[in-house]
Amino acid sequence: MGGMADDLDTLKNDTLAALGAAQDRAQWDAIRVGTLGKSGALTGLLKQLGKLDPEERKLRGQALNRLRDELTRAIEERGREIEEQALEARLKSERVDVTMPAPSVATGAIHPISRTIEEMTAIFGAMGFSVAEGPDVESQWHNFSALNTPDHHPARTEHDTFYLPPKSGSNEPRVLRTQTSGVQIRTMLGQKPPIRIIAPGRTYRADHDATHSPMFHQCEGLVIDRNITLGHLKGCLIEFLRVYFDKPNLPVRFRASYFPFTEPSMEVDIGWSKATGEIGGGSDWLEVLGSGMVHPRVLANCGLDPAVWQGFAFGMGVERLAMLKNGIPDLRSFYESDLRWLRHYGFSAFSPATLTEGV
Amino acid sequence: MKFSLSWLREHLDFTASSEEICARLNGIGLEVESVENPAEKLAGFRTAKILEAHRHPDADRLQLCRVAAGAGYEDLQVVCGAPNARAGLHVIFAPPGTYVPGLDITIKKGKIRGEESGGMLCSLRELGLGEESDGIAELPETAPIGEAYATYAELDDPVIEIAITPNRGDALSIRGIARDLAAAGIGHLKPWLTEAVEGDFEPSISWKTAHPDCPYIVGRVIRGVKNSPSPDWLQRRLKAVGLKPISRLVDVTNYLTFDLGRPLHVFDVAKLSGNTLTVTHAARETFTALDGNEYVLGTDDMVIVDDAGVQSLAGIMGGQQSGVDENTTDVFVESALFDAVRIALTGRRLAIHTDARQRFERGIDPALVRGGLEAATIMIRDLCGGEPSEITEAGEAPNWKRTATLRFERLETLGGVQIPADEAVRSLEHLGFEVVERDDESATFAVPSWRNDVASGQVLAQAATLDEGVAAKAAASVARMEAECDLVEEVLRLHGLDAVPPVALPQTAMIPAPAVTPLQARAALLRRICAARGMMETVGFSFVANEDAVLFGDVPETQRLLNPIATDLDQLRPTPLVNLARALSRNLARGLGLSGEGALFEIGPCFDFEGQHLRLSGLRGGLTAREPGRAAQEATLWDAKADLTAALMALGVPEASLSVTADAPGFYHPGRSGQVRQGPKLVLGTFGELHPRVARALGLSGAVVAFELYLDRIPQPKAKKKAAPVLSALQPVRRDFAFLAGPDVEAQGVLKAVRMADRNLIQDVRLFDVFEGGSLPEGYRSLGVEVVLQPQTESLTDAGLEALSKSVEGAVLKATGATLRR
Repeated sequence: MGGMADDLDTLKNDTLAALGAAQDRAQWDAIRVGTLGKSGALTGLLKQLGKLDPEERKLRGQALNRLRDELTRAIEERGREIEEQALEARLKSERVDVTMPAPSVATGAIHPISRTIEEMTAIFGAMGFSVAEGPDVESQWHNFSALNTPDHHPARTEHDTFYLPPKSGSNEPRVLRTQTSGVQIRTMLGQKPPIRIIAPGRTYRADHDATHSPMFHQCEGLVIDRNITLGHLKGCLIEFLRVYFDKPNLPVRFRASYFPFTEPSMEVDIGWSKATGEIGGGSDWLEVLGSGMVHPRVLANCGLDPAVWQGFAFGMGVERLAMLKNGIPDLRSFYESDLRWLRHYGFSAFSPATLTEGV
Repeated sequence: MKFSLSWLREHLDFTASSEEICARLNGIGLEVESVENPAEKLAGFRTAKILEAHRHPDADRLQLCRVAAGAGYEDLQVVCGAPNARAGLHVIFAPPGTYVPGLDITIKKGKIRGEESGGMLCSLRELGLGEESDGIAELPETAPIGEAYATYAELDDPVIEIAITPNRGDALSIRGIARDLAAAGIGHLKPWLTEAVEGDFEPSISWKTAHPDCPYIVGRVIRGVKNSPSPDWLQRRLKAVGLKPISRLVDVTNYLTFDLGRPLHVFDVAKLSGNTLTVTHAARETFTALDGNEYVLGTDDMVIVDDAGVQSLAGIMGGQQSGVDENTTDVFVESALFDAVRIALTGRRLAIHTDARQRFERGIDPALVRGGLEAATIMIRDLCGGEPSEITEAGEAPNWKRTATLRFERLETLGGVQIPADEAVRSLEHLGFEVVERDDESATFAVPSWRNDVASGQVLAQAATLDEGVAAKAAASVARMEAECDLVEEVLRLHGLDAVPPVALPQTAMIPAPAVTPLQARAALLRRICAARGMMETVGFSFVANEDAVLFGDVPETQRLLNPIATDLDQLRPTPLVNLARALSRNLARGLGLSGEGALFEIGPCFDFEGQHLRLSGLRGGLTAREPGRAAQEATLWDAKADLTAALMALGVPEASLSVTADAPGFYHPGRSGQVRQGPKLVLGTFGELHPRVARALGLSGAVVAFELYLDRIPQPKAKKKAAPVLSALQPVRRDFAFLAGPDVEAQGVLKAVRMADRNLIQDVRLFDVFEGGSLPEGYRSLGVEVVLQPQTESLTDAGLEALSKSVEGAVLKATGATLRR
């Protein structure tokens, strides 16, 4: 019987040695199959049990079962080890230079002019204004006459107007609007007061040098009601400027001036430092806006009785405010579409101007 | 408009500093453009005297001067090269450290040829004050020693330049500025009275006016005058405000133009023909003006003629032929009223800018026609001698008198500030308004003659479309409201606009309605979509070169500027693509756009035969970035189609409603472009490769693809609630089909037929492969289509799948003629 127990020891020792020597899953699997598989060594011994007498069968059966449990455990354990080693080796082999850049995705940007108009819209929108628009090509009446700027008014020459051929059936040249005021006129003609609009848009003047562009953008505003005073004008514009520049204490100054379509008229200055360009700092003043109470004649031209209705209007240069806020030095660069400039000054598509996030 | 403080003193008693004056001017609407004190440039220069002068021991042309220049410089040696340096001469001395503007150097102490020199003796040119320089300046013996030269020469006199708004013609005079300042609390206005000069004889020249734009004109002869350069005080005063002294007679007219805002003209009587000067229409003729230039006149222009022809372009510039010179003995002085519009039109057309035109254009004081002539007479008599004649005149002084009424409450209900009635009245009185009537609620004022901007009563330009009753009602109150508004403005600007308390606008709603229209919101959304897709937003001019524009189709002459600023900015653009193409071309030429950034878009106006439209245009060119495992790539039309599709999807256009036709405009590659349509007629957008010919003409190389979205054609999506999605628990089944498509079969048709084969079961249809060549017949393609089937209630059976395959096959064959490959 001793011989029989010996062969179990041999099988055990051989198997354990082979497992120890196995280096990969294939070798391990061969051992597993060669031991526990259908025609494996241990399986073969188990099959022979039936040939033994009951007493022997019992004893040997017990021994074989012990051996099977032992080898099964050893094989599984070695299997895990080998798997672990294989994973280690794979991870090693899969190592890359993670300092390499990830593939790039082109990112676009929103132009500062659009952004600035959005910011203006957000702020005035919160004060109950809505955005009105009108055509770039206007009749002279819409651009000038209705705004109390008759034919020979010096303001007409100062504007350096671009002209277009007359519409068929007319002999009066049309104009490229020199201001977005035509939108105010259309609004007063098209809607009953109260009125509270801003009119951002393209405007055109025949002037081209370092500080003038033949096309630029204006944002005008109009408020008409029964009891609107110059105090409201000041309150509205001071609020706008302080929010736009994000300076709650920005100094704002109103200076008497003249525009044909408002009376009284005022230019609006903000405090800044000429030396550093810092908005709100220093002791210098910078003109940023024109404004005034709507001229009675403009109201009457649009069919509003100036004894009943009154209000204020204002206008500002979009590029100018964009330049001041974002430190953009050159007006002409806005229209040159230089990719480097657009990237530098452009705004993310994913952060639209909202008051909740701050303009 | 420039003025010096010393000139201002002629009309205003004041003690305020120039800083205070500037601050006040800014507040009251006379915007200060610059302040300059000539003395600042002359700091350091002192008056001095040469005590002794000897020849330099080592230089024939140099002298050693002992100079006395006051405290700290009592007695020092200065080496001087001027031939006129001599003992006893009063001179201008620059001690070390003085900046010499004429030479742009700073004086240093030093040795010249071995001799100490403690400063410099200067010429006027070196001070930046004169032109000729024959040695050093010689001051009179009466000049003190050791005084600042600027003070001695009365140059310590700040000059302020202000911008005059078009309504304030009265402020184009130093008297007008003084009046405003006095009303604003700076000093007291001195009275201005001019005596009427009795003429001793009848003038040899008389006026006639035959032009409606000259209602009134006066003049007189002054004989026996002597014309020579003006005295120093007058020259200094004119130079300070930028005028060039010419001669006494001319300088008098310039002086009064600035002093009183009263342009005048003097003719040399000896050079006139006949005895009548007539204001009349010009013929088509040329005229040589005082500036020596020849101007071509038209029949609208207003001129003054004698028997020989045009002697003056009325109100703008006199003629060379009859101008005064140093030999003039008898002059005829003109003072007139000319119509502002006439002067503006002629001046603008001939591009002549003169001080006279500037003032007539804004309107001058109609009550000062004779007064101006008298003032000129007195000044000429004082400076040039001579005997004045009686006054001759033509036409008559217009009636400028009018009133304006202020209801005091309007200061608050319009101006937003409470101002006591007395203060308001006082302010207006300071400006020359006179109370005609006053009670507790209001006051009525006589408007002063020089304020043609107040209660001016011009005609309205009411909209032609207004209802007659509405128009009349609005017009009825204008004159009254406007005059009152004028007065409120005057009171407010003097009171100070800073004193108006700011008030928040009344709330219209707790939360305001959206500020933008749906179309504007769409533009904003598209802007973000495009930027998120890697494109840079641009803003291009609305006008482009006509020759660029025509590359994109016919452009109407009616959209071509009559007065372009440059020939390459003369046509309103047919599409923003014109700007984008030029911009991309410029960027590529700079070596940009080769790392995936060559993608631009714009949302902006474009102009065609019908008018103005809003369009989104995009352009991609250049190359994508080179990366490990990925070579640089050119853009393809699929990029453009993807951009356009993304834009349409973002706007909520139902994809199923769209179709593509291969008939894009001619600026695209004819075989690689398409139009996206909704229904058979409505084109929503285009995409494709740019036509190589167009690309080349715009300086573009490599593949360039574009897309356009006709923003104002996109219908607003119907505001209907979305149905809840059906989220089946059953697995979707994927099946691949391959169709053999003949030359005329479009993928779009095949995909649509598949989709329609079973709208309940088929959830998605995707073209995954296109193959041609090989064993396929010429021109045929194999289209690989993946179909995703989503069973809803029970799993698909083999029989069900088989049936579906059959119906897909049948539907495609019927709709397109393409057959299933087996």
